[in-house]
Amino acid sequence: MTTMLDAPRSPVTPRRRAALSRNSPARRGLRTTFGIVLVAIMLFPVYWMVNASLAPGGNSLSMQLLPLQPDLGGYSRAIADQGQNLVTSLIVAVGAAVLSLVIATPCAYALAQFPIRGSSTLLFVVLIAQMIPGIVIANALYTAYNSLGLLNTIGGLVLADATAGIPFSILIIRAFMESFPTEIVEAAQIDGCGHVRAFWSIVLPVSINSLITAGIFSFLFAWSDFLMALTLTTGQSIRPVTLGLYSYIGTNDTDWSSVMATAVIASLPAVILMIAAQKYIAAGATGGAVK
Amino acid sequence: MTTTAAATAEAARSAPRRRGRAAGSALVRYGFIAPAALYLALFFGYPIVKNFTMSFQEYTSATFFSGVAPFVGLANYRAVLADPVFAKALANTGIFTIVSIAGQFVIGMALALFFRKSFPLSGVLRSMLLLPWLLPMIVSAAVWRWILEQDSGILNEFLSAVGVISSPIPWLTSSDTALIAVVMVNIWLGIPFNVVLLYSGLQAIPEQLYEAGEIDGATGWAAFRHITLPLLRPVVSVVLLLGVIYTIKVLDLILGLTGGGPANATQTIATRSYEMSFVEFDFGHGAALGNVLIVIALLFSVIYLRANARAAKKG
Repeated sequence: MTTMLDAPRSPVTPRRRAALSRNSPARRGLRTTFGIVLVAIMLFPVYWMVNASLAPGGNSLSMQLLPLQPDLGGYSRAIADQGQNLVTSLIVAVGAAVLSLVIATPCAYALAQFPIRGSSTLLFVVLIAQMIPGIVIANALYTAYNSLGLLNTIGGLVLADATAGIPFSILIIRAFMESFPTEIVEAAQIDGCGHVRAFWSIVLPVSINSLITAGIFSFLFAWSDFLMALTLTTGQSIRPVTLGLYSYIGTNDTDWSSVMATAVIASLPAVILMIAAQKYIAAGATGGAVK
Repeated sequence: MTTTAAATAEAARSAPRRRGRAAGSALVRYGFIAPAALYLALFFGYPIVKNFTMSFQEYTSATFFSGVAPFVGLANYRAVLADPVFAKALANTGIFTIVSIAGQFVIGMALALFFRKSFPLSGVLRSMLLLPWLLPMIVSAAVWRWILEQDSGILNEFLSAVGVISSPIPWLTSSDTALIAVVMVNIWLGIPFNVVLLYSGLQAIPEQLYEAGEIDGATGWAAFRHITLPLLRPVVSVVLLLGVIYTIKVLDLILGLTGGGPANATQTIATRSYEMSFVEFDFGHGAALGNVLIVIALLFSVIYLRANARAAKKG
């Protein structure tokens, strides 16, 4: 028995042996420990935010390293002060995500699958669009919104926030549709499907993963938006939570627990999506840049 | 920008193959791109043109009432360039961008190399690392303000507990340390993005190359220098270029942490442009400075394209 078990191991070259010892369980365990320490250091600010949000009354002097006596007072004050803003953020972010998908998806399909004159120019414009500083866009949009009556409106914010989601979605969805076999679409067209029907009933269902990725990121971009909210709203009526948090920092320096509770609530979509939609987040994180 | 060149070339190549059976009138086909083209024209094209014309106009709060914005030639540019804050903001933008990117890249590369080794939980830990990048920037600004708080912030408490400092450092409220603090936070924010892209670049390098290198005695630093770096070059270029483009226009973080202060210590071209338009209500000045920002961004793109072309020529 021993010989039988030993036999396959005998032709281990020195190189393989070196490789094995480098991947020994002890080494791997050590790496995991080191990895956990690194991630703990990187995420400490996030922990510290949660910890502060649970501190009683936000009195900084009584801060503990662990929230052993969690106090939800910060959260109730945050919701009282920022509840309306959170609803605004949610509506704007959902609106921007839907708008991004509606506009980007057909364009991505056309760029990936049709021979259209000017499509390479359009693609170039999309890439350049992502590089334009937001302040330049906000500067000009303010003057236009002012004359069109779009300042302080949900619609105005949705349109402005989609400046992040639309170019990104076009690139992500197009990259997916490029790899999509043309034969399937062509076969559908032989069967008498027009472009519109082929797109709607064949291409869309197959591309659903890239649509989800694009939708999630468009949502997060709009949810995180601060610049458009800061410049295109002027009053209290329409105010996303990012802006609410900003003015909170300015005026509420003494009550850190409600500021941090607001920060925690404003982080929830990112955290939930990171856990629940990990696959899509990973796809979007690399897809937008490298492909 | 590699993406641009590659995508265009790819589009040109694949076009003839896709012609042929593709039915449907041109009208239907253009219908697919019309909404996106219209949106891009209104929300990117118009702002650029408007910003350009505004930069030659006296466009102030009075304009919003009277509707009159007289053309003033280059007066806005002269005023913006002569503004004493401009030199400061330009220098700050340079320091902020270069130091942030260097820090993000070095730490990001180290983490990407570490996570490339196989060990239990590496996938979970790597995806947790993404969190700072996904949080709204203004949330990160709020959290770091609390951490960097002079009297009760945890950083000062930690540093004095371990005996590194004797008196608390006014991180965000002293003009000596504010820029350092803002850069530090921005490095923290940018690490995940660098790790993700560099890690996926590392994954694309075939393992056999390292095995072959090992036979020739190339391990550790030599393997990194002669196998990893050359093969990673395209990814590194993309990471650095995107880094510059994202960093140069950062506004949320600086406004949230310091508002550009104290005494303009953290003022950048982007924050100053915001201030001119939306605090001083001089859109002509803000637009002129915004155009300076666009020119800087384009300059980096050109430098990058040239470096890339040279690298491609060398093979």
